[in-house]
Amino acid sequence: MFLKTITAAGAFALLGSTAMAGCGITAGNVSILSNDFPAIQAVTAAASACAGDGVTVETNLTKDHKDIMVAALTANPAQYSSVIVSNSTLVTLMNDGLVRPIDDLVAKHGAALNKSQLITVNGKVMAVAFMANAQHLFTRTDVLAEAGVEGVPATYEDVLAAAEKVRAAGLMEYPVALNTKAGWNLAEEFVNMYMGTGADFFKAGTAEASVNNKNGVATLEMLKSLVAYSNPDYLTYDSNATQAEWEAGNLAMATMWGTRGGAVLDDEGSTAEVVAGTLLSAAPTWGNGARPASTLWWDGIGISTNISDEDAEATFIAMMNGITTEVVKANNDAAVWLVEGYTPSPASAGVSGTAAGGAAPYPMVPFMGALHTALGAEITDFLQGTESAQQALADVEAAYTAAAKEQGFLK
Amino acid sequence: MKNRTFFWFILPSLITMVLFIALPIVSVALQSLHIEHEAVMVEVENCGPFGCKQELQVDVEETAKLKKERPLGQFNGLGTYTNRNHLAVAEIGEAWQSSNGFADFISKALNLPFYRALAFTLTYTFVVTPLVLIFGFMIALGVNTLPKRIKGPTIFISLLPMIVTPLIGALILFWMIDANGVIGSTLQWIFDDPDLSLKASPTLTWIMLMVYGVWHSAPFAFIVFYAGLQTVPSDTMEAAMIDGASRWERTRYVVLPHLMPLTVFISLIQLMDNFRVLEPIISFSAQASATSLSWIIYNDLVGTESQFFGSAGATSVLTILGVAILLIPVLIRTWRDFNQKVV
Repeated sequence: MFLKTITAAGAFALLGSTAMAGCGITAGNVSILSNDFPAIQAVTAAASACAGDGVTVETNLTKDHKDIMVAALTANPAQYSSVIVSNSTLVTLMNDGLVRPIDDLVAKHGAALNKSQLITVNGKVMAVAFMANAQHLFTRTDVLAEAGVEGVPATYEDVLAAAEKVRAAGLMEYPVALNTKAGWNLAEEFVNMYMGTGADFFKAGTAEASVNNKNGVATLEMLKSLVAYSNPDYLTYDSNATQAEWEAGNLAMATMWGTRGGAVLDDEGSTAEVVAGTLLSAAPTWGNGARPASTLWWDGIGISTNISDEDAEATFIAMMNGITTEVVKANNDAAVWLVEGYTPSPASAGVSGTAAGGAAPYPMVPFMGALHTALGAEITDFLQGTESAQQALADVEAAYTAAAKEQGFLK
Repeated sequence: MKNRTFFWFILPSLITMVLFIALPIVSVALQSLHIEHEAVMVEVENCGPFGCKQELQVDVEETAKLKKERPLGQFNGLGTYTNRNHLAVAEIGEAWQSSNGFADFISKALNLPFYRALAFTLTYTFVVTPLVLIFGFMIALGVNTLPKRIKGPTIFISLLPMIVTPLIGALILFWMIDANGVIGSTLQWIFDDPDLSLKASPTLTWIMLMVYGVWHSAPFAFIVFYAGLQTVPSDTMEAAMIDGASRWERTRYVVLPHLMPLTVFISLIQLMDNFRVLEPIISFSAQASATSLSWIIYNDLVGTESQFFGSAGATSVLTILGVAILLIPVLIRTWRDFNQKVV
């Protein structure tokens, strides 16, 4: 009892001394959970500047944020007042109602936002996007020129032809790389390539997968043709490995995330020759050329449901402070910002080009995660040559159906 | 000991065992019998920086009502166990009907995730366990004959593979066997094949994982055997020497029988450990070529946005059953030895 009184008194003493903190918040607890890359580091650092008398700001930046977010936000009160979400993670949180609609906060504190930044679901604002990301083509123009290839490949058929020329010229044995590590990365490459056909992943209006069709087969065959020009270890290549290979000068063409552009083009980790020759361009189209073979992603701010309205408001103000024009100007090359004040640069040309080419966003349906997991596990057999494309796709659909039943999306 | 005394003596351990072993297993088993509620879906318009689209979303309020009624989810009985991602009863039946020959049936079964994982897990267990015993015993014999002065440092160095955290140890090896790494490029030089890659071929990946397993676990067997060697009765050894037994005969007829209980102990631990193989598969990014039961559980829970708790629970229960089946022969033997001693 005594201890309780002491702590309570202490807490009141702390709350009592409210002076104005830097961002106009008088009190509240702000805690942010997010992925970890330079653009997000800049945002959370600026939001942390709001900490002061009566306001606490805590951040947890981790690559494993997906694994903990649902549990952390299900708790009441939630462990984090805000999560930096993307197309796919927002859906997961919304499935359980763990992020709140923020129309009122946007009306009150979001005057500086562009309308296009607002992520609305069924008419309610659920998140505020601040940056875009996509996988697109990185090209070593110097190597292609030496091999006698003119211009930058605009289609994956061009990529294959250029790769053959580079190999034939004896410049590189394995000139192509994609993020093809078995699992999430490989599945994402399938999703990108399949998007290029313009087809949908599910039968309209249902949760039934429909990838075992001519588009799916063509997608797998295109992936297989591409990995024929990749290092035999391609099934272990994630973003870090691909970037390292690129910076080591071992690649002529690669599909990598836009957020890697800044790191590739800076003067660290590579030679001047590689940096000078590197050109970022839109994701190629292929086949019927319906749209660029890539998916558009956004990262944005979501506010937890299970926190007090005061904390929600404090969090929103702090996060708005994280995505001001000043922050964007200071970190211009770290991402393709959707915020006012951003000037396009060579590092962002790929993402902008991909979006301008009409690429589609990553599907925001709640059962996409299950299909993504099934793809990552089942299509390796085809790439390794132990199975036909039809069989691999039938396996994908079967694995997805079993998983979707477990999650209640299919009967 | 009186029954009453025995009861009070064992009570603390009993409570902890129930709390930390029995209850979690019961909870996992219970979870594995349930799946999530049927999601109530509505079609809504999603808008964002890249335009608007009609998409299906979960109706949170309706689904929340269902969840409140039955927090565990829908009862699914053994449905999760028998579905395609686990025991795949229907698929196995169909494969049996439609396959032309046993080999065809096996290849169809190995296309299913559970059986593919089981194949690697069992191969790993039955290759690594005996090799660990053999290598551990040989190292122990070797170290035991060393002069006293260099014994200490040798023991310390031999234990290093076990001291390194499995995940880290496997990662180090993963980089060493890279085509640009020291082992990878040496192998390319030895076999005169610039395209040789240990990571690309499923067969080589399996071999590599098992080599890692032996490397990691042999020190455990070694240190247990070494401790056992110190207790070999010297009068029996001397008697054997006087009888003219060679070193081989002394090892075969004196040392080995003496160390038999330890061999059983190491086999028990190793069978359990190897059946749960996970870390090297993660570190070697080997999931395209080799998966294990533990890897399936890991994959259900980590790296995806929505975890598959029912599926992970089902695989966990199947793993526990697998370990139990593996250990039965060893346990029967121990039980028999124990009874003989009492009589």
